[in-house]
Parts: sequence; structure tokens; C-alpha cells
Amino acid sequence: MPKKQRIKIANHSAEAALFTRRVLVIFLLISIAISALISNMYFLQVTSYKKYKTRSNENRIKVEPIPPTRGLIYDTNGIILAENKSVYSLKVVVKKASNLKNELKALTKLLSLTDLELNTFKKNNYRSKSFKSITIRTALSQKDVAVFTANRHHFKGFSIQADLQRYYRFGDTFTHVLGYVSKMNAKDKQRIEKNGEQRRYRGTNYIGKRGIEKYYESLLHGEPGQQQVEVNSWGKVIRTLSYTPPTPGKDIKLNIDLRLQLKAQQLLRNQRGSIVVINVNTGAVLTLLSNPSYDPNLFVQGMTIKQYDKLLQSRDRPLLNRATQGRYAPASTIKPEMALLALNTGVITEHTTINDPGWWIVPGSKRRFRDWKQWGHGTHVDVFQAIKQSCDTFFYKAAYQIGIDRINPFMEKFGFGKYSGIDLNEESYSIMPSRDWKNARFKKPWYDGDTVSIGIGQGYWTVTPIQLTKATAALATHGKVVKPTILQSVLSRNGSLPLPPEDYPSIILKNKNYWNIVLKGMYAVVSSPTGTGFRAFRTAYYTVAGKSGTAQVVAIKEGQHFTKYKVLLHRKDNALFVAFAPYENPEIAVTVILENAGGGSSKAAPMVRKILDEYFNNKNKKTSFH
Amino acid sequence: MINKTRHKSLFIRLHIDPFLLIGIFMLIAISCTVLYSVGGNALVFKQLIRVSFALVVMFLVAQLPPDFYFRWAPYVFGMSVLLLIAVLIIGHTGKGAQRWIDLGFTKFQPAEIMKLIMPFMIAYYISQCTLPPSFKKIMVAICLIIIPTLLIALQPDLGTAILVFASGIFVLFFSGVSWLYIGSSLIAVFSFIPILWYYLMHDYQRLRVLTLFNPQLDPYGAGYHIIQSKIAIGSGGLFGKGMFGGTQSQLEFLPEPHTDFIFSVFSEEFGFIGIITLLFIYLFIISRGLWIANKAQDSFTKLVAGSITLTFFVYIFVNIGMVSGLLPVVGIPLALVSYGGSSIVTLLAGFGILMSINTHRRFNAKS
Repeated sequence: MPKKQRIKIANHSAEAALFTRRVLVIFLLISIAISALISNMYFLQVTSYKKYKTRSNENRIKVEPIPPTRGLIYDTNGIILAENKSVYSLKVVVKKASNLKNELKALTKLLSLTDLELNTFKKNNYRSKSFKSITIRTALSQKDVAVFTANRHHFKGFSIQADLQRYYRFGDTFTHVLGYVSKMNAKDKQRIEKNGEQRRYRGTNYIGKRGIEKYYESLLHGEPGQQQVEVNSWGKVIRTLSYTPPTPGKDIKLNIDLRLQLKAQQLLRNQRGSIVVINVNTGAVLTLLSNPSYDPNLFVQGMTIKQYDKLLQSRDRPLLNRATQGRYAPASTIKPEMALLALNTGVITEHTTINDPGWWIVPGSKRRFRDWKQWGHGTHVDVFQAIKQSCDTFFYKAAYQIGIDRINPFMEKFGFGKYSGIDLNEESYSIMPSRDWKNARFKKPWYDGDTVSIGIGQGYWTVTPIQLTKATAALATHGKVVKPTILQSVLSRNGSLPLPPEDYPSIILKNKNYWNIVLKGMYAVVSSPTGTGFRAFRTAYYTVAGKSGTAQVVAIKEGQHFTKYKVLLHRKDNALFVAFAPYENPEIAVTVILENAGGGSSKAAPMVRKILDEYFNNKNKKTSFH
Repeated sequence: MINKTRHKSLFIRLHIDPFLLIGIFMLIAISCTVLYSVGGNALVFKQLIRVSFALVVMFLVAQLPPDFYFRWAPYVFGMSVLLLIAVLIIGHTGKGAQRWIDLGFTKFQPAEIMKLIMPFMIAYYISQCTLPPSFKKIMVAICLIIIPTLLIALQPDLGTAILVFASGIFVLFFSGVSWLYIGSSLIAVFSFIPILWYYLMHDYQRLRVLTLFNPQLDPYGAGYHIIQSKIAIGSGGLFGKGMFGGTQSQLEFLPEPHTDFIFSVFSEEFGFIGIITLLFIYLFIISRGLWIANKAQDSFTKLVAGSITLTFFVYIFVNIGMVSGLLPVVGIPLALVSYGGSSIVTLLAGFGILMSINTHRRFNAKS
């Protein structure tokens, strides 16, 4: 506790007298200062009154910002995905209306205004000044505009204003790529202020909130212009005196291919999941689909709280971008990477075989890890067979021998457990587990059993579809790790400005032949009659390499049998399939993940096939034109 | 002088000063009238909520005796300096200017606390010995003033930095620092101006000062606000254009008509008569504050009361000077009239301290 005795002042009265003198001086100074203020006011308001009165009456010149038009967004074929549409809104300046109540009544009849609109108007009217125009209805239909215009002379003070509004013509198809713009809120304004961009955003109402619209906000927004206008005594613009045009936002072209994206959406109808397609050499994202989706135009036009709640509360979580934020157990789809690591560390060679009785036991324990095939894959399973038939036992043993300390850094090189680098803010880096990670997350040591599950892409390991696609691309290109990019180029008057592709450090193996061993296995998955993906790709006219995966959502306890059809929908397995094509000269990598759909080879593989068909059909069409 | 122990009035028992309270209520009434004119019901309503909260704070502050503030002054001061440093560090690791500390349930600005605690700290330090203070004491006190001022100026928040600096310097002035020192430091400050102008100021800052002296230099850019504000004030004339009649403010020629430029709106709508009334109320409050300071019973409370009153005046002088084109535009609101939260709470807390000083008397003056 602070304790300090105040020292008794020796010369109290002298001190008081000194203080009083100072107070008098200050009072005098303040009086002088206030007199100065008053005389300045007198000068302004009385002496120069006439001058300022005239200037006030003639003060008709206002400086107004002109917001820029937002840049357009095209797909790779030049088809417009996000545009600016003229919308008409009905506004009123309350002070100018002759009889607001009657006019509103008449309008209600004419345009059938809803109670909601009337109530919102009342609320806004209460909140703002009577000089300002208040919006009654946004997005008037052509008919509304015509009806109002015909009757406008009855409605003094009411007017129709034309504005540009963002419009996503393909609705929910590109929501998770494009995102959306929406009205700026207090938080956006705070951020703008923080970045010192208030000038740039003068007069702007909308800002990118998600997706490409947010990521490339600074590119798409543009620079505002300004105009000096002459206004009448009601504040209405009569004449424009000077005009600095705004610089419109840049138009941009995406790598996304409309046809492929539409195909993917068609395939995923009524199915939760994600489809991602990227170019293996450049990282260009051709398709990025997450289903279920929602109509982004709702966010532009504004929706009711009820509508928003429905989106937010939906069990299917449409707001989640599954392609970049969905975290799934990769299951067997990462066996090729695991095989590469096993070869590279010398745990196995090309010719190492194991005996698979249908299970594997961690040495020195009783814990039994089962293979998906109850009777096992036979007595001579080598790495080629293990990939082709997706033998779990082989990889249990391999992972156990490699150990988590070597698995983690190797898989991180493929991009697991890290941001993929895609140009979206909505991304999860998911989990590539390690000893440190488990200790920090669960305060528990790493067990051998944990490593064994990692061997078949289960356990703590989760990946996002974009990570998985990126890793597949790295397999296809023998270790080139690309950065997935949605933006292809920035368009300008002088043509387009393509973005240079960016890469991460390549993966270098001890022996280049390891790639061929593993990729041959992946090729056999779809081309060999005993491969897991054979049925789906039997009739394909191009070559493919792929890998299926079936991820348990609920752990099945040892000895417990289950019937597929009895499992509740939300507990059914996730179906996965990754592929690249053509096998000899890879162009694209595809990932399909279906939530609670069942087996990867039976459910996901046919969808990959259809995506590849679409891609190669389109490509052949294009070349046949030339 | 007066035998207060025998008969205490209700106000003294509640630790409320009726004169200050009347002045404050008159200002709030003026504030609500102008806010209603520019922003309608909603603004008035929000302002009244803030004012009520601030009045409660004032009441609570007045209940604690000056001794309490004396004991805690150095600790609160030290903590505020640490918080200011913390804000700077957080601000640097984050992005851009940062003035707030987020407590989870509320955010607050350490600079606002500094505004209040600064006079206490300097008075605490100076009043340890007989006044006037020695040269060494003055130097230490100046350091104590400069450090938080710089920390706030770095945020950057020039307006608050000026107020914090002033509230500390005023204590020194009241403590009887000799005129020789005051005169020579003024000379030093003025001779520093050329150095500031040529070496330390950025171009945009120079432009601000230049447009202050000649707004026509840049009539649609930096000078625009000053010109429009002067037109608003001038065109108000003797009696003003009447409520809602201010074309300058209602047609949005004026920037921020409800915060920093509220004085221009008031002048336009209520004229010279209105201004005289407003300034009279301010002068009334200031006189009462100085009277309380003079009557305070020891040098600590005298210095604190004097400084709080004088800082209140600085608010008014800088704001009115700024909107009428006498001073450069720094973000200082019109005391108790401008719309806005934190400054009202700080100001009324200051008045709570004045009331505390006036109503807690430890001993009667001996005649």
C-alpha cells in the first residue's frame, strides 16, 4: 500500500498568496483569450456577415467523390463470371415530400411495398436526417420502374436512382472461388482507416468479403474520381463544374474453366464434398468446387436475418469452402507418397515383399491393425501390388519402420500440413502430425500405433482437397511442387498481364527411378483388372494414374463387424479418389472427395473419370477447330 | 472562514457542487439541441446514454477524498505509462496506429487515463516541498510530462498529446515557477519553430499550416474544411439561421458536423447571440473551477484543481480556434458539446475531482 505523509508546509500563507496571484493571472489570460475568440466571432458574424451570407447563399459548389466501377472477373475462356449490373432503387427525401403518409400509402398500392420494407424505412427515417435521401426499395424490377415513372408526378420528393451492383451470373457455381462483395460494415471501415485508405474508399459502399473478391480487393476496386458540382438550395445537383474520372478496377481473368466447374457441380448435386482440378505444371486451378454452396448474390443484395441464419445453422455447412478448408483423413490416397518415402529411406526396395494375412501387429504389442480386405492380399505383396490393390498391411509395416520423425518432414515437402499457397484467404493448413504437435495439442507422447495409422492416411493426419491435389501434381511431375493459383492474368488496355507461376522447392529423391516405381503402381490402379480403379476407367481413351481412398469417419473397433447399409448417413465412410492424366505426359491432377458416400473406388473414381472425360473432350474440340 | 462542520448542506454531503452541475447541464442541453438538428433522435439518444454514464462516473469520483488520489497518483501514473508503451508495442506488431487496449468486454484508451492522472502526478511531485519548486524539481517534472506526451504523440494522437502536455505544464505554472523561467522557455520554444519548420516537418504538415493562414491556397482540398466552416459561422450572423436552418451543415458542406465541427453548426444556427451565451456558460464553469482551486486547502489540491480547470479551457479554446480558422486542425472536440464517448467521460471525471476537492475538507481554515 502506498503511504507517504504529506510534508507540512512551512510557509502556508505565502504559498496561498502565490497561488492566488497565479489564479488571478490565469483568469485574466482566459478572459483575454475568450475576448479574442468573441471578437473574432464578431468579426466573422457581424462585421463580415454580408460577405459570408452571400458566400453561403452562393455556396453551391460541393466536392463529391465518384466511386470507381469494380473490375470484372472472367473465366479462362473469357466468359464473364462477375459483372456490374444496373439496379434501380426507390428513394425519398422526407423533407421534400408533401404528405409522406399518403404518398407511402399510394406507393404501397402501386408497388405493393411489404411491411418489412415499410418498417425498415421507418427505422431508417428515424435514424437519419430529413435532408438525406432514404432508400425504400432496392433492386426494382423493370415493371416497378415503369409504373413509378408513369406516376412520378404524384410523388414529390421520391425518385429512382440507378446504381451499379455486383452480379454473379452463375449463382452458386462459383461461390467458393469468387466469394462475394457486400456492404461495408464497421469492421471493414476500421480496417480501411487503419490502412490509411479512406480516400480510396470515399463513396464506395461495397467491399470484397470472401474468395477472389476479397483476395484481390485492391486490384478490383480501382481509384475514385471526384467532381465539383453546383447544387441548388435543396442540395440537388444542377451542374457539374469539374470532373476527374475515377479509375475503374482492373478486370481479371481466372484459370477456372467454366465448363469443367459446371460439370463438377452437376456431378456433386445432392452430395456433400469437393472436386479440385489443377494443372500439374503451372498450378493453375481449373476447378474448385465445394458443395453444398449458396447464392452469393444474396449477400450483395442483402438478405433477412432468417435467411442468413439458415445458411449459418445448416448442418451441411454451405458457408465452408470444403476445397480449401475441409479437413479430411486422406486415407489410402497418400499411399504413393508413403511408398516413395519407404523407398527413399531404404526401408523397402522395389522387390521387398511381405506376407499379408489380413492384419498386422505392432512388434512387441498385442494391438492388431486390420487390412480393409479381411483375408489379406496374399503372400507376395511388393510395393507395386501394395499401391495397385491398396494393401494396408504393407503400409502399416512401412510406416512403422520409417517412423513419424521422417514421415512428417517428407510429407511437408508435398505441402501437407501447410497452406497450399492458393490465392484465397479461406484456407486451412490442416494437420500433418508430429511428436511436437501431439504434445502441444494433447499433452501426450507419440505412440508407435499412431505412426501405423498414419501409414494408411488415418489417425491424426488430415488434408484439404487442394493440398491433396497439389501433392498429386507433385507426384505427376516427379517432384515439382507448384503453387495453386486461381488468378491467371490481369487484363489491361495493352493486353493481359499473366502472372508468372511460382513454385516451392522441388522434391529430390536419392534415386530418380523411385518415381517410376510408384507411378507405375498408380497407373496399374486404373489399368490393371485387379486395380481398385479399373472399373471406372476401363473405357477411357486417355491414360490415367490414380489412387483410391476410403476414409473411416468412425473408428471401427477390433472384432466388430458392420454392415454398410446399417451405418447412419453421417457416419458412413468418405470416398476419395486422386488422379492425374495423361499418364505419360501429365497435364492435370484431379481430386474428388465425397463425404459419407462409401467406397473411394466405387463412388469417387467414376466422378474423376467424368471430369477427365470432360477435360479431354473439350481439349479435342478446341484443337479440331484449328 | 465559514463554520462548515456544524451545518453541512445536502450538496456537500453528496459531494456535489451545484454551480458546476448547473453549468454542465446547460452545456448538455445545448449539445442535445445541436445534435438533434444535425442528426435527429438517434444521435441525441446515444449521446444521452453516454452522458448518463459519464455523470455516474463523475458522482463516484467525487465521493473519494483527495487524499485517496494523492496516495495513488504515482502508481496509477506509472501504470498508465506502461500501458502506453504496451499500446505502442502492440500497435507496431499489429498494423498501423493503435490506441486501444482490448479488455475483452470493453476497449479503452490509456491516453484518456493519462489526461486525468497527469496533473495529479506533477502536483504530487511538486507539492512535496514548499512552493515555488526548485530548478531541479522543475526539470524532473518536465521529464515526467514529456515522456507520456511523446508516447501519445507517437500513436499518433496529436490532439490528446497536446492536452496531456498542457495539463502537466499548467501545474508547474500554478506552482509559481518564476516568470524568468517561463519567459525564457517561451523564447526557446519560439526559436525552435524555424528548426521544426525546415527540418522536422513533413510536406503535408507544412501544407496544413500554410492553408491555415491562407485557406484559399487550396480551396477544394486542405482548405476546404476551414473555408466551409468559416462560411458557416459567418453566415449565422447576429441571430443565426434557426434550428434546422443551417444550410452549410444540413447540406453537408461541413465535415463531421456532429463531432469536431459542432461549433460551426451551432454558430450557423444560433448566431452571435448563441455564441456569447455558450462562451458565458464556459466562463462561468471556468470561474467556478478557479474559485475551487483558490479555496482548496493544500497545495496538492490547489494545483490539481487549477490544472483541470485550465485544461478544460484549452479544449474550448483549441476547438473554437480551429473551426474559426485561428489554429490548425487537430482533433480536439468541443468540451461537453461534441458527440462522442471517451472525452465526455474524462471531462466529467475531471469535474468529479473538482467536486471532491471542494467538498472534502480535512480541516477548517484558521483565521
